[in-house]
Amino acid sequence: MSKLTRDDVLKLARLARLQLTDEEVTEFSEELSEILQYVEQLGGVNAAGLQPTNQITGLTNVTRPDEVKSYGYEPSDLLENLPAVEDNQIKVNRMIG
Amino acid sequence: MADTSWPLIASIAADVQAGKQTAHDNVERALKTIADQKEFNAIIATLDESARARAKAIDDRAAKGENVGRLAGVPFIAKDNFLVFGADTTAASNILKGFVAPYQATAINRLEAEGAICVAKANLDAFAHGASTENSDFFTTKNPHDKTRVPGGSSGGSAAAVVLGMAPFALGTDTGGSIRQPSSFSGCVGYKPTYGLVSRSGVVAMASSTDVIGPLTRAVEDAAVVLDVMAGPDGMDATMIERQDDYTKLNIDLKGKKIGVIKEYLSEGLDKGVKTVVESAIEKLKTAGAELTEVSLPTLPMALAVYYIICPAEVSSNLGRYDGQRFGYSDRSAKDLDTSYLQSRGIGFGKEAKRRIMIGTYVLSSGYYDAYYKQAQTVRTKLIKEFETVMQDVDFLLGPVAPTPAFKIGENANDPLQMYLSDVMTVGANLIGNPAISLPAGQSDGLPIGLQLMAAQRADKELLALARQTEALLA
Repeated sequence: MSKLTRDDVLKLARLARLQLTDEEVTEFSEELSEILQYVEQLGGVNAAGLQPTNQITGLTNVTRPDEVKSYGYEPSDLLENLPAVEDNQIKVNRMIG
Repeated sequence: MADTSWPLIASIAADVQAGKQTAHDNVERALKTIADQKEFNAIIATLDESARARAKAIDDRAAKGENVGRLAGVPFIAKDNFLVFGADTTAASNILKGFVAPYQATAINRLEAEGAICVAKANLDAFAHGASTENSDFFTTKNPHDKTRVPGGSSGGSAAAVVLGMAPFALGTDTGGSIRQPSSFSGCVGYKPTYGLVSRSGVVAMASSTDVIGPLTRAVEDAAVVLDVMAGPDGMDATMIERQDDYTKLNIDLKGKKIGVIKEYLSEGLDKGVKTVVESAIEKLKTAGAELTEVSLPTLPMALAVYYIICPAEVSSNLGRYDGQRFGYSDRSAKDLDTSYLQSRGIGFGKEAKRRIMIGTYVLSSGYYDAYYKQAQTVRTKLIKEFETVMQDVDFLLGPVAPTPAFKIGENANDPLQMYLSDVMTVGANLIGNPAISLPAGQSDGLPIGLQLMAAQRADKELLALARQTEALLA
């Protein structure tokens, strides 16, 4: 039975890059434990000899020619949604604190 | 409720083409109904300007005698996780607030090419995570039949919009039941096609191994024409399958058709009103000459547990792109890049998105991957094999859509697991990839109840034909 502690939740949140409030940590510790306990019933299913399904309609290795196509927009259209741009580049906060 | 009936889509288009009715009037009617029914919170934004401009262009073309298309002047509403050129696309999430679509979904392109006009974007559970629209970061949509109840979800805005007569059809997405369950709760037709039949290019991704796009309509005939326009490869979604020839030829003789009634869906715990409506539909189909037999898929009760591992796993991956740097909400006050990720995502995502991201991160982590994710994908195989075995003996499957009619707003809001259980009868088709439809089948205490019909993968045409005949029996 998985019971997630506050520390477990904080570690997961850190891995997933989510800043949580104290209240959320408490709440998620209970809720996520409950959800994990529910899905753990699968552990009791005998699926011996079966392979995992990763693609449902049986397609494998779908490829296309590596060609440049027009999708009806310009790079400048995409840049308009950027929070910060400088010289047509994505501007981010400093990487080393 | 007011009279909300639009003519059938084919008839609206024929009238616009012939100049008997104008696209302009259709758009004005849609926009007025949206304004009149604002209290239901079905709509996030209307596209007045672009819709009016398109209507004028279509009316001009029709007047010149040009062939506009099979959806000439037909207004529709897109769930707000479809990219519509030049319009805000939020997926009802704070993190995408203000995001303007620089391109357009293939589904929208194809509908527009036949003359359809997108008039509005509908509300949903943020990122389509939910069964009630209560997880929308903006507001909760109300059930058209009872304002104290949910419309279902996640395509709750689309379902309510169709039932309220805001447009003849709406688009939804169905990852675990998000077209069918709101159609059942709100009282319209909701169609989930075979996985890979409609391109998802330009639609916000949720769980890529089960996500499909489909129509919500007033009649099966309308769902068939919308599917027919949207179906088929576009070269931009690598999971696509070949389409069948014509989804609008809905001919089938019910006599002798073998329909399996899913035992696991009619078990105890099913709401009495839902059970009565489904049993009554079974009797009508029998009287019409169909052969109904009980069938069992013993692993089906596990489908929800399989889904709530696979879905959050894929969600955690798909939502990784929302990093606050390239689009969407961005916290610029951070002192460094890492903190900017943490704060942008922490503030931008709502609670349900966070829950799913963390569950997904957990089940995909190296120590737990085999026990959770791999085991879920393997049990998925077991379920598919049982389905294939059952389908050797029957042509179609039948069952309820959801275990209950629409529940009260707030009833399940503080219990995420209880909310997930609303998907218990719909997730099976998503995991198996087969087509399924929710048809209005009756009411219980004034609330609509849907009947679910399913067919084998790639038998969409046959399923729509069965649904058309069943719809006539239930009317």
